[in-house]
Amino acid sequence: MDPSHAADGGPDPGPATPADQLAVLLKRSARGDRAAFAELYDATAARLHGLVLRVVRDRAQAEEVTQEAYLEIWRTAARFDPARGSALSWLMTIGHRKAVDRVRSAEASTRREETYQHRQHVPPHDETAEAAHASLEARRVRAALTGLTEVQREAIQLAYFGGYTHTEVAAMLDLPVGTAKTRIRDGLIRLRDAIGVER
Amino acid sequence: MTETSSYGNPTDLHALSGAYAVDALDEVERAVFEEHLEQCAECREEVAGLTATAALLAADEVEPPADVRSAVLAGIESIRPLPPQTAPRRRAAGAGTGDSTGTTSGGARVLPFRRPSPRLLLVAASVVLLLLAGGVALVQPWQDSAPPVVAPTLTERVLDAPDATRVRQEFPDGSTATIVLSREEGRAVIVTTDMAAAPEGKVFEVWLQTPAGDMQPAALMPDEPNTTVLLDGDATEATGVGITVEPDGGSPEPTSEPIALFELEA
Repeated sequence: MDPSHAADGGPDPGPATPADQLAVLLKRSARGDRAAFAELYDATAARLHGLVLRVVRDRAQAEEVTQEAYLEIWRTAARFDPARGSALSWLMTIGHRKAVDRVRSAEASTRREETYQHRQHVPPHDETAEAAHASLEARRVRAALTGLTEVQREAIQLAYFGGYTHTEVAAMLDLPVGTAKTRIRDGLIRLRDAIGVER
Repeated sequence: MTETSSYGNPTDLHALSGAYAVDALDEVERAVFEEHLEQCAECREEVAGLTATAALLAADEVEPPADVRSAVLAGIESIRPLPPQTAPRRRAAGAGTGDSTGTTSGGARVLPFRRPSPRLLLVAASVVLLLLAGGVALVQPWQDSAPPVVAPTLTERVLDAPDATRVRQEFPDGSTATIVLSREEGRAVIVTTDMAAAPEGKVFEVWLQTPAGDMQPAALMPDEPNTTVLLDGDATEATGVGITVEPDGGSPEPTSEPIALFELEA
């Protein structure tokens, strides 16, 4: 693993804050530096909350999850390992995991099921979110997405934004059990290579 | 397991990297895969790339309301950041070997296992190569493409056992604990997600219930939200698993009412 990667900004957009800066802020947070943590929050909260909201859908619950995620980030900042990925990717992973855990809890999933019936694959979008799509990075990602097969794209969307397990995804897409995980992996690998995420 | 196939085969495990990167594994699969990740540099590399790729999909920026920020900054005042990890957490309960090393009788005191050093792994690898060169039929069928493979730990064997059963509980705060029991392996494993830390000066202690109804100390939970811990003690005939809050260091027998009880089917 190339340790220099952590600082190269590969997959990191961090519009105002370079990737290595986030890693520095995380490191200082791990030592109890609350000002550094506030800075880290300001640099990343919109991005993380955008993801959480997309998965959780319910605004109030999403705010709770974002809050939990940042408390977890504070608590576990010392566990961030630059050799295993960028700081932003680590933050997003924590946010995503929390969001997925939330929607999978029994009560929420009943509600989500109903929502899903109504909305099918149309995720809730608001005006603030639209602006982000104008960014160069988003265009690159969208272009890369068109290179996937329909099934790969749907499987990744259902898993990442729907919070469904690969077994559930297989059932939803009428795939044989055990093949959704392969679709997800193949699709992500193709995306990674198309976008040029270095790892 | 949600599938019929076994994860004993590392090629099957590799295939979970994408689902892991987008959190599409259930908690037991996740635990199995994370055990595997500790040993498989190739998968760690792949997971890092795929996780970064997935994060790029989430380009929508939505500023959370200001009160989230103030709640976060107020919240961290009372939370102590964890120290850097000096031993991988999933080895924390002797998952490495499954024997009783690191456990003192009675108190079920759990000592962290040290990650095998890269040098040690190299030595292990060269031993394998030497044995191969010597024509010793040591290679298992599952070793085809894999780098030097460490035999599955007892924890992995339990999680992956054909007879493994699971009992899961979800708590009001959204955290979960799952007991995975293999009567054939004679052991049980607890997998937790999102667990809050035990109160100051306290520890969560796990107990195995004997057919006679006694509670035997089986583990002290590490102070981590997501853990996979092999329970001490023979689970061949255990009838249940309980969790209590005990003073730091644990107790030889429960001193408080259980906060969770899991009934194990005979």
